[in-house]
Amino acid sequence: MTAAPLVLLEGIAKQFGTGETAVRALSDVNLAVGPGEVVGLKGPSGSGKSTLLNVIACIMAPSAGRLSLAGEPIWDERYLVRDLRRLRRERIGFIFQFHNLLPFLTARDNVALAMTLAGQPRAQARQRAQALLEELEVGRRADAMPARLSGGEAQRVAIARALANAPPIILADEPTAALDSERARVAMDLLRRVARERAAAVLVVTHDEKIFDRFDRMVALRDGRVEAEVLRSA
Amino acid sequence: MNLALADIRHGIGRFLITCVGIGLLLGVALSMVGIYQGVVREALALTRSLGAELWVVEQGTRGPFAEASRVPGDVREMVARIPGVAAAGGLTLRTAEAEGPQGRIRLQVVGYEPGRPGGPGSLVEGRALGGARFELVADARSGLPLGATLHLGADRYRVVGITRGLVASGGDPLVFATLRDSQEMQFRQAPPAARRALAAGALPAVTDTVNAVVAVLHPGADPSAVAETVRRWKHLSALTAAEQEDLLTRSVVQRARMQLGIFTVVLLFVSGVIIALIIYTMTMDKRREIATLKLIGAPDRTIAGLVLQQAMLIGAFGFVAGLVLLLSVRDHFPRAVELGVFEVAVMAGVTATICLLASVLSIRAALRIDPQQALGG
Repeated sequence: MTAAPLVLLEGIAKQFGTGETAVRALSDVNLAVGPGEVVGLKGPSGSGKSTLLNVIACIMAPSAGRLSLAGEPIWDERYLVRDLRRLRRERIGFIFQFHNLLPFLTARDNVALAMTLAGQPRAQARQRAQALLEELEVGRRADAMPARLSGGEAQRVAIARALANAPPIILADEPTAALDSERARVAMDLLRRVARERAAAVLVVTHDEKIFDRFDRMVALRDGRVEAEVLRSA
Repeated sequence: MNLALADIRHGIGRFLITCVGIGLLLGVALSMVGIYQGVVREALALTRSLGAELWVVEQGTRGPFAEASRVPGDVREMVARIPGVAAAGGLTLRTAEAEGPQGRIRLQVVGYEPGRPGGPGSLVEGRALGGARFELVADARSGLPLGATLHLGADRYRVVGITRGLVASGGDPLVFATLRDSQEMQFRQAPPAARRALAAGALPAVTDTVNAVVAVLHPGADPSAVAETVRRWKHLSALTAAEQEDLLTRSVVQRARMQLGIFTVVLLFVSGVIIALIIYTMTMDKRREIATLKLIGAPDRTIAGLVLQQAMLIGAFGFVAGLVLLLSVRDHFPRAVELGVFEVAVMAGVTATICLLASVLSIRAALRIDPQQALGG
């Protein structure tokens, strides 16, 4: 990896509680994800995957260490950025296990919403949302409500929403858990393509062994520490 | 894009059912306000219809509505001669029950002298009373049609005119009879009772008694000064129209007003609690969506706007539903339901305030939702 990392964690630790009841969820985690890289994060339940994702998403403050996103220092003993929601809007795209599309908006409006929240005019946002859905081959389902979408279609719409503001970082939480093997592989190929084309850093939390071969690197966590880092495709 | 409207469109059935429920609640609250206003209007209906500027009653009483009052009939001639008085007329008031075309009805019989103050202001049908006896002008609320006959006391009366909106403070419809007829109805003894009184040495009963004398003043005359002149007679007391109205609203219907007022406040409080619970439940049902919105960077104002707009829309639709419901059934209420533009505007403001306050709890809860809830299963 030669380019500057878009996600950089240095000595990140997270502790819940104090004294004898303190639980160390993360200890001295170091991780760097560069542009165009798709990194998997695996580990048994309670290993700290979700905590790490929450820390990178800036919805949970670490107890120690340093965090930089897209080259900007975000945490160093305290948050160095005041508006964390703006940071998430503009720099991070999220993909969820159950897609989390708003059930009362059409597929197109779900994608457009992310852009209107970032200040784009509605008409322009809808136009761009349609283009994104076309690009991800679900353009014909743009007017469908989420409940009418298949699992694969909903995941593509969710990916389109994550890409809406062209964020440099994409965080995905078990994105293939609700998909069958074939659709899971298709979704991961899509994420790989997006990462390459947009030079985005993609970090995926997963238990799904059938997609392990789709990552550039696989990071294994155990008891809050990075146990192993395996380079899948050199 | 408006998230509140999109969510409502998505669950339109649930929204409409909620609005109907809120509408029924607000409809009851609106009807309480209407009944409250109706009680006041009905209490003043008779005095305003008569157009009397001065009420002369028995000394030491605040009659004829708040207390019983009896004065000799010739007092009207004395009052008519007081400087400032243009005309005066005797008035009797008596509640009666009679068999009407649709069953037994309760009436307030007002006796007055045609051509003198004390008669109904205007008729909607038929004619006013003239010199003929055993005729009535009845309010439409009595259900008596023009030409109907009914027994009052020992005599049969015929309805020759119809008024609208004239009821006593208790809600009984008014019927007007000539003073002579009403005096006989009220003060004449039945023949056996009269014979027994004569045998016991009593003088024949005097029927030229009235409950009050009402007077109309010359333009420019000061009602208070004329009332003061009347009060110099030891056996009489006088009330100006303003004093009579004040007495009616502050004394005669005061308990009813307070009861309705307190009940309305309690009902609005209950409405507020129910609206708050509904909005809170609606908000908590969207916990995952709100967490997702926060995670993808929606500012607090977007989330607060979603909750607040839905609360206001529920309030607005519920209010309109309640108002339409009330306006469509209010004529079937036994007493007047007075709902003017002012009352509707005030209640709309109160409803908006309730919804605003009710949404505060839900907005606080929504803003406390942890975006982490969007992650994981």
